[in-house]
Amino acid sequence: MRKVYALLILMSMVLGQVALAQTVVVGSKKFTESYVLGEIAKQVLTDAGLKVEHKKGMGATGIVWTALKDGGITLYPEYTGTVSEEILKQPGIDRPTMEKELAKDGVGMSPDLGFNDAYGLVMTKSQATKLGIVKISDLKVHPELTAGITPELLKRKDGWGPLTAKYGLKLKDVRGIDHALGYAALFAGQVDIKDCYTTDAEIKKYDLVVLQDDLHFFPLYRAVFLYRLNAPPQAIKAIASLAGKIDEAHMIAMNAVGGESADYAKAASLFFAKPNQKSVPSVAEESLVAQTIRLTEKHLELVGISLLLAILVGIPLGIVASKPGALSSVVLGTAGVIQTIPSLALLSLLVPIAFFGISERTAIAALFLYSLLPIVRNTAVGISTIPAGLKESAEALGLEPSARLRKIYLPMALPTILAGIKTSAVINVGTATLAALIGAGGLGEPIVSGLSINNNQIILQGAIPAAVLAILVQLAFDGIDRLLVPRGLRAK
Amino acid sequence: MIEFKSVEKSYGAASAISNLSLSIPSGKVTALIGPSGCGKSTLLRLILGLIEPTSGEVVVDGHPVNRDSAQAIRRKSGYVIQDGGLFPHLTTAQNIELMGKHLDRAVDINKLTQLAHFPNDALGRFPGELSGGQKQRVGLMRALALDPSLLLLDEPLGALDPLVRSSLQKDLKQIFGEIGQTVVLVTHDMAEAAYLADLIVLLRAGKVVQVGTLEDFQKRPAEPFVTEFLNAQRQMVTL
Repeated sequence: MRKVYALLILMSMVLGQVALAQTVVVGSKKFTESYVLGEIAKQVLTDAGLKVEHKKGMGATGIVWTALKDGGITLYPEYTGTVSEEILKQPGIDRPTMEKELAKDGVGMSPDLGFNDAYGLVMTKSQATKLGIVKISDLKVHPELTAGITPELLKRKDGWGPLTAKYGLKLKDVRGIDHALGYAALFAGQVDIKDCYTTDAEIKKYDLVVLQDDLHFFPLYRAVFLYRLNAPPQAIKAIASLAGKIDEAHMIAMNAVGGESADYAKAASLFFAKPNQKSVPSVAEESLVAQTIRLTEKHLELVGISLLLAILVGIPLGIVASKPGALSSVVLGTAGVIQTIPSLALLSLLVPIAFFGISERTAIAALFLYSLLPIVRNTAVGISTIPAGLKESAEALGLEPSARLRKIYLPMALPTILAGIKTSAVINVGTATLAALIGAGGLGEPIVSGLSINNNQIILQGAIPAAVLAILVQLAFDGIDRLLVPRGLRAK
Repeated sequence: MIEFKSVEKSYGAASAISNLSLSIPSGKVTALIGPSGCGKSTLLRLILGLIEPTSGEVVVDGHPVNRDSAQAIRRKSGYVIQDGGLFPHLTTAQNIELMGKHLDRAVDINKLTQLAHFPNDALGRFPGELSGGQKQRVGLMRALALDPSLLLLDEPLGALDPLVRSSLQKDLKQIFGEIGQTVVLVTHDMAEAAYLADLIVLLRAGKVVQVGTLEDFQKRPAEPFVTEFLNAQRQMVTL
């Protein structure tokens, strides 16, 4: 058993080294424009001599806002409409009021970046023309049309519900669908209407029309940065220097490049490629190999720490559960129930807890919980299936209960316990891709980005290494098995 | 000396041992014999405190067997079960030295292999790599490793083929003679009991039927069941 512990400690040392240097952390929401603005901020801040990290695609407003408030990130791009309607929940307030209210949470708002990215509804040009629809009011007489709406907008205070109330729309079929996938669905004719940001590159790409907001439902969405008031002063100054520098046409062009290439640094570089600006700084480019290595390291860190915790907690729980009785049922039952919670639901249950929030901790906690069951169950089964005669022999020799466990039961159950750990590890490698949803990084990052812009190539940049990693983990555990399990216990 | 004083052991409604009193003398070999389910293995477990009597008392060398005393009694005893009870993750040597290492006491492995006629070059083998007879010899060596004052054997030869069995019986007889300690042997074979034991205890349905030698059983049966049991055994022998 000593060999096992030594190995586990070694594993934790290799995987657990988390760099915690003080850096300015830029956050972004899960769509192209937010990524691009995040990259622009990263460049500007880097040029100002700061150490910058960009946490891409952290999720919807609530998640990014909470991260800003709690100090998980330093700044992120936002829209004035979202600030008043969603964050402050005071529709229609003016800018000075917004600034005053945000200051209560220790948050400041930069000057306008120069463009308005309002919400809107889009249809394909061909269908809009056929049905003679130009403005949102025209939809009133077409309840048969189907709508694919971003889940966030469906739930927002300034979102779908109030919109349909104001316009008196009675669409029968309204579905929640991811923003990027929604465009594909619209183009494929699976939905007729979808929500958009008025600077979305897809509007041009898919030849769509934005319906006129004739009742002026959607508020103005001027792009700004929200930052922590305690951010380094040079960071606040650098961000303020972006005031009025980005217009709509510019943003659409950058969104187009970002959406096509998924290289947001490249898209952001369009901003810097203006006259009197030198060529793109080289920091922007990261080769695919370097990216894969970086993400794989992060992935292994998440998997390693959570698996180690699951082993340290799971084996003792398994020992408890190996004795038949009420306690055993409770332990195995609880571990089983945790396993059935959908991973997205588990993440969103953990995020509101202050200790976790939008951090690696949340991802590690969720992965830890998912890794428990196979380890607990296999430890319990491994011990409880030891033949009664051998258990009795161990007792009759005069070994104390703890010595019986250490010298006889656990070593005899080792092959079964290792099999449980292996199962957990492989499941864990797959599940860890979800960590990217809450900005914890890892190989899920390209998968989430790729999904959000509907780009399979980018999805595969995360999916293939993750699959390879799962196979390697399996092989590694087969090796550990051969190393640790004595010849006497291997299959005859 | 081991004494059973009005011992009762029941599992729910079923009684395994009923109001049994028996003295097992020190320094002698005693065989417990009887048909399956007569309670002979249960008596061994009671001696080691692996199970507790429902009522009555078991006394070993003057100490009543209970939770507190069981550990000390176990460490003064050697216990061998039918298939040896060897731990599959440990080699032969590791099995034999397990308790010695645990208690930091020396084990003379050479003396044991000579005593049990076990080849020294097989000490590195795992139990799964040993024959049935070898496993029993290892089980015996493990039981004798710390010079116990009491040796308990639960059908040690039950699962062996006749040739191996006969050779082990001879070796056991020799070993019992050499170590001269208290031995309690459970068997269902009267010839084996008569060959190895000084005293035979015939049991039926959790009760003692007769205590004595084979000659006592033949000439002075306590009840017809004794003769019946002997006849059944004899028929098997004359086959």
